Amino acid sequence: MTPVRGISDRVFLVCLAILGGSYLVLIVAMLAANIAYTSPNFLLEALRSREVRFAIWLSLASSTMTAILSLWVGVPLGYLMSRFRFPGKRLCDALLDIPIVLPPLVIGLCLLILFQTPLGRSIERFFPVTYAIPSVVLAQFAVSAAFAVRTMRVTFDEITPRLEQVAMTLGCSRSQAFWTVTLPEARRGVVTAATLSWARAMGEFGPVLVFAGATRLRTEVLPTTVFLELSIGNLYGAVAVSLLMVLAAMLVLLIVRVFCLGHT
Amino acid sequence: MIALDQIHVRLGSFTLNNVSLQVETGQYAVLMGKTGCGKSTLLEVICGLKPIQAGRIILLERDVSALRPAERGIGYVPQDLALFPSLSVREHLAFALEVRRWSTAQIRERVKELAALLSISHLLDRFPRGLSGGESQRVALGRALAARPPVLLLDEPLSALDDETRNEIIDLLRRVTRQTGVTTLHVTHSRSEARQLADRLFLLEQGIVRDITQRPEES
Repeated sequence: MTPVRGISDRVFLVCLAILGGSYLVLIVAMLAANIAYTSPNFLLEALRSREVRFAIWLSLASSTMTAILSLWVGVPLGYLMSRFRFPGKRLCDALLDIPIVLPPLVIGLCLLILFQTPLGRSIERFFPVTYAIPSVVLAQFAVSAAFAVRTMRVTFDEITPRLEQVAMTLGCSRSQAFWTVTLPEARRGVVTAATLSWARAMGEFGPVLVFAGATRLRTEVLPTTVFLELSIGNLYGAVAVSLLMVLAAMLVLLIVRVFCLGHT
Repeated sequence: MIALDQIHVRLGSFTLNNVSLQVETGQYAVLMGKTGCGKSTLLEVICGLKPIQAGRIILLERDVSALRPAERGIGYVPQDLALFPSLSVREHLAFALEVRRWSTAQIRERVKELAALLSISHLLDRFPRGLSGGESQRVALGRALAARPPVLLLDEPLSALDDETRNEIIDLLRRVTRQTGVTTLHVTHSRSEARQLADRLFLLEQGIVRDITQRPEES
């Protein structure tokens, strides 16, 4: 790191710290207020509830599944959008922004309508989706995957295509060059895309509520629990579940960063 | 032998028309020209990384114009070297051999031989991030030569080196290309490099390649 010298360097850094730090203060203040509002008893009580335990399990499982599916489409789409020019690329680019731009509630509504079409109904006949666990994953995936695609595209944009070109002159096919050179270089981007889509899925509420419903022990995820507790006026319960969400998310993100990126 | 026969290249507004040149087997040819005249593009065309609109590329009596880069049998060292950041020096030297499914023993033997030839045996477990310019150049050269390609293409290999390292690498290039017998096309804008290394000297100017082997002072 370049050493900080002189008053102007210090003033500049202090200004940056004040501007950026105000956001950190807001986050810490919100968490502290929540912690102060509740007590360990409320947390334990929430954990003792069968419905909350189911919601925790479903939230973690569906978010993990969503992260895997998001990478499944994010890596190839990000690579194609970054490396190739093809007819309709701008249209694809605009389409990929729709899940980011649209209100999540509308995404849920769109999914609900999709599964009312003849195609959706024929899928439902063999594989029930709406108001079942697959609908939770699909609702989360519809929004989260767009973030994975964007992250992977930026990642591949930053990796020079020259590496693949040299690999191809060394005897690799295009796919071998991708697997042996490009993807290992994109490792950090892959981890970021996975954590981003996982975190986004964990907090997704609107599309899950519309497309999967809020049936306890069936399609209830943690944001749904917070909503249900609030709707019956149980503010303490809602805060306790919110804190459980924060703890679960922080734990998973920390584990991923330490084990996949090698730093905290 | 490297032979370009009436090559036509169009990339956006940039064009090269009817470019022809011939380098005999085992020769060290240097292609000179001003920055931006298309020297690097010509190397990429020979590698198969850029398309040609017309003409033929012949390597060792074989028309490779329609072949994929992997099938052309070329060792290529780009100007930026493009070392793979996540691979060690040993893995760089083994890369082309692993792609060709050489046995572990053969790879180990060849890596040892290359490392000795390029004086990089002490660097085998290092990664590109910690290498100096001269060391990186040696690794890129070793990676390109590992599978014993008959043709070696070098894009401004000495441009980013200090004088002392440049002289070392010039000696190394002379020694390595003579020992391996590889047919080499080296692109540069430096006359002194050309004088020290070239058996054949070409000049690319306004889209035309001229053989100026007998009169390098005109370049």
